[in-house]
Amino acid sequence: MPGIDYFYPEFEVVRRDERCIRCRVCERQCANEVHRYDAERDMLISDEAKCVNCQRCVSLCPTRALKIVRSDCRLRENANWDGDTIREVYKQAASGGVLLSSMGNPKPLPVYWDKLLINASQVTNPSIDPLREPMETKVFLGKKPDRMTRDAEGRLKTDLTPQLELSMPVMFSAMSYGSISYNAHASLARAATEMGVCYNTGEGGLHEDFYRYGPHTIVQVASGRFGVHEDYLEAGAAIEIKMGQGAKPGIGGHLPGAKVGPDVSRTRMIPEGSDAISPAPHHDIYSIEDLRQLVWSLKEATGHRKPVIVKVAAVHNIAAIASGIARSGADIIAIDGFRGGTGAAPTRIRDHVGIPIELALSSVDQRLRDEGIRNNVSLVVGGSIRSSADVVKAVALGADACYIATAAVLALGCHLCRTCQSGKCNWGIATQRPDLTKRLNPEIGSQRLVNLLTAWKREIMELMGGMGINSIEALRGNRLMLRGVGLNETELRILGISHAGE
Amino acid sequence: MKKYLIIGGSIAGVSCAEGIRSRDGEGEITLVTAEAFSNYGRPLISYYLEGKTDIPRMSWRGEDFYEKNRVQVRHGVTAEKLEPEAKRVILSTGEALSYDALCLCLGSHPFSPRFEGLETVENRFFFTTLEDALALEKAVGKESRVLIVGAGFIGLKCAEGLRDRAGSVTVCDLAAHAMSANLDADCAPILEKHLAENGLRLMLGDTVTKFEGKTARMKSGKTVKFDVLVIAIGTRPNVSLLAEAGGAVNKGILAGERMETSLPGVWAAGDCTESMDVSAGEAGLLAVLPNASLQGFCAGVNMAGGAEKFDKGIKMNSIGFFGLHIMSAGTYTEPVYTEITEHSCKKLFAAGGVLTGFILLGDVSRAGIYTSLIRERTPLETVDFEALKKEPSLLPFGQAFRAKKLGGAV
Amino acid sequence: MKRVYVNEEWCLGCHLCEYNCAFANSGESDMVKALKGKPIRPRIRVEGDDRITYAVSCRHCLDPLCIRSCISGAIHREDGVVCIDREKCVGCLTCVLVCPYGAVQPGPDGAAMKCELCLHNAAGEPACAAGCPNRAIVYEEREEGQA
Repeated sequence: MPGIDYFYPEFEVVRRDERCIRCRVCERQCANEVHRYDAERDMLISDEAKCVNCQRCVSLCPTRALKIVRSDCRLRENANWDGDTIREVYKQAASGGVLLSSMGNPKPLPVYWDKLLINASQVTNPSIDPLREPMETKVFLGKKPDRMTRDAEGRLKTDLTPQLELSMPVMFSAMSYGSISYNAHASLARAATEMGVCYNTGEGGLHEDFYRYGPHTIVQVASGRFGVHEDYLEAGAAIEIKMGQGAKPGIGGHLPGAKVGPDVSRTRMIPEGSDAISPAPHHDIYSIEDLRQLVWSLKEATGHRKPVIVKVAAVHNIAAIASGIARSGADIIAIDGFRGGTGAAPTRIRDHVGIPIELALSSVDQRLRDEGIRNNVSLVVGGSIRSSADVVKAVALGADACYIATAAVLALGCHLCRTCQSGKCNWGIATQRPDLTKRLNPEIGSQRLVNLLTAWKREIMELMGGMGINSIEALRGNRLMLRGVGLNETELRILGISHAGE
Repeated sequence: MKKYLIIGGSIAGVSCAEGIRSRDGEGEITLVTAEAFSNYGRPLISYYLEGKTDIPRMSWRGEDFYEKNRVQVRHGVTAEKLEPEAKRVILSTGEALSYDALCLCLGSHPFSPRFEGLETVENRFFFTTLEDALALEKAVGKESRVLIVGAGFIGLKCAEGLRDRAGSVTVCDLAAHAMSANLDADCAPILEKHLAENGLRLMLGDTVTKFEGKTARMKSGKTVKFDVLVIAIGTRPNVSLLAEAGGAVNKGILAGERMETSLPGVWAAGDCTESMDVSAGEAGLLAVLPNASLQGFCAGVNMAGGAEKFDKGIKMNSIGFFGLHIMSAGTYTEPVYTEITEHSCKKLFAAGGVLTGFILLGDVSRAGIYTSLIRERTPLETVDFEALKKEPSLLPFGQAFRAKKLGGAV
Repeated sequence: MKRVYVNEEWCLGCHLCEYNCAFANSGESDMVKALKGKPIRPRIRVEGDDRITYAVSCRHCLDPLCIRSCISGAIHREDGVVCIDREKCVGCLTCVLVCPYGAVQPGPDGAAMKCELCLHNAAGEPACAAGCPNRAIVYEEREEGQA
């Protein structure tokens, strides 16, 4: 479309020239080519129209000469038609296309975590000091027996179905090699191994270099079945069937051919340069019975030595769906809330489909308890777990463990500019361009992830200690440890908690 | 305890002592030097005249070097005779010093052709030692007209050192160009222009045929009036001590890559020697300070029982005149790259698939990368020579080379 | 001995090491004051093309040619660190002629200049390594003679 730019760029590049030493690091580091050195005038100039506000230049500028601010060139105030909405209309009027975006839902919808408050011991029950006393954060994910059983000689039967052991109730959730870089994967794999947790391949297959991290890897089987073969299934500590994703429930995935280079192609087992399209449904799963077949096929294929996870997006009838999954033979159900991130999703779907994970979790946990099948499965929840407090609240609502991805990529340097879909991630995470992927040195990346999990683990222990709980198992589903603030009766009922003060 | 004797207290001699001490902390080292000063870099003398250094700072390894390394020094003494069978050296004092291992660092002496009437010149000097520089310093005053015969690097450095001290400085040379041993006809004019712009008077392709007191009659028919004369035509290795004792000598003392002479127990190093020039594929005089130091150290290590080799010797020179830097190295075979501007010149020479020499004038950045190619005889097919020609860097050497060189201690 | 090592796999060619070096050796406490409007004279240099980049600085060789070749004896070791006594240096640049890495350069006053591992400035430890955004430059002990 010719002619008019309907809107002023969203961001402005503010350069304090008195501080700029013309080192040109901003120019060299911006894959969007915002900055340019003009030798004639000996100055750096910026084209803010290209800026996505990833702040790579801001972070690397050695004299802090740069900042990126939101443009104050706005349309007339309108509470109904806000600037972003109008901008999207302009964009679609120009392109005729579906809007694409990435990372999690940025809309100001309620965050229930922030309306939940955690209990602490006072006077009548002792709190525990995690620095002085043992504190157990280890969890085992998988089916648990309903009751103790003994054999003919009266010995306790201890043969459990396969379990996934985690040193703390946190795992890195699925991000495929392709959507994120080799070095991002290397960082996750190393950190998961060092911390005794798991990371997840996503549906991009497992790069040959990462098989050695297998005991800390969850291998995913999704609708595209990319990169799935016997060695792959055998390599992981658990297998995850991906039915849905919180950021885009009901639709599949699309990795553009441009990102399918030689390595990605080999790992995904698809031709170089071809689009990797994951269908919306699994074409062999139209019922719980079909799902059961896949669950058991995977168990058969791996000699019943690996727990199988079924991952679904949190949608309206999630409790019934979970009930079905718990009866399908799956060992673990992973539920992904509507704030979960993605490397690319249609904006409308990301922002308008699905339900909050807090409500999904509490209703699922309650439903499985009501039906007496809670021990059939472990529950893992994701979709914007932002801190150790969110983890503690999730466990108290009934989760066995949490999945984190956005927090993990933030630790790797992501600045949530939400333009992963461009493939020009300046932080070397959501890109396959070699000059960009090398910006993430896994030595630094894995260390930062280890630091993050270490810090969270300490905080979890402190919060548990405050409640007088010395084992994470004793917190699971312990909703008495939570109170709500500013929630209505229905919300409190679904969450299964009392209001603060009650 | 082994007895080491070193004749000569310049760079080769001092380096030899370092080499010995790197392996033998106990042995007795005696160093004999004819000079009153020792342990200084001879090329510093022009910088001394220029005021860029002074005697205390000229000490190459520090004034406490001999003491720290337990070296007995005999200043102002010369070695008169070598008796290799008896393993002893007779000194000018008549004393005989015996040794287990001897290193001859005899240096060279200035060479002067027979100029007619040279004896009529009252103020005439050579320019190779600090004593020469000190004598010149005294002889040259603000009004002095200085004539330097020889526009090689000794003559020109002397001219640079004296420019601000003297009334005028004239340099003549029979060769058509300045620094004819180092520069070719493409590069030399840039230097000549620069020297002239900085106040030197050059008379090239011309030399003195006759001196008459303070007048030099030139081959061209011109006459040059002068007060002070410096003869800087060249130097010759000091070989007689060894030659008279029956050691093998060509232009210089013949020392192999271990710096050992043909006489058992006798080593040699520095300007007095002739060594393999790897860029030429034949032995020659490699009389520059870095080689003296490398040879001396090598000799010292071997004298103390080590196995060091001096096997990468080439001629090489770095010199600057009034801010214009000139570097040259190796042997000028086939020119393979030439880049000449008004103020700079770059020439690379190659033969047999290796770089053999270069001349750089003006931009001398990272010249060592070229020097290293020559010294190591790196096959040019193993590097991206086209890229290297334009700019010396480690990029054309490839990743494996860099991983090794930048990733480990080398 | 700890040295500066460069792993080109992680070098981004951002050139920050050059600026951090120039700043560390400027004697100033403010980078803007030290470097703004002036040509920088770093002792580390980023080389490369549009695919490969890496930085080169003095290797502090086990047997440094520059120390042997220095005509004034200005180049010496201080606890293994190859340093230039700029009072003694006469600026002949023989060190530039012999350094196989191109790691010595003329300084602003004519005397030669090279990386001295920030031994003589306020940075404490090499500023290039400390400021490298991707840990491509590290300052650490490695087994000598090991690649």
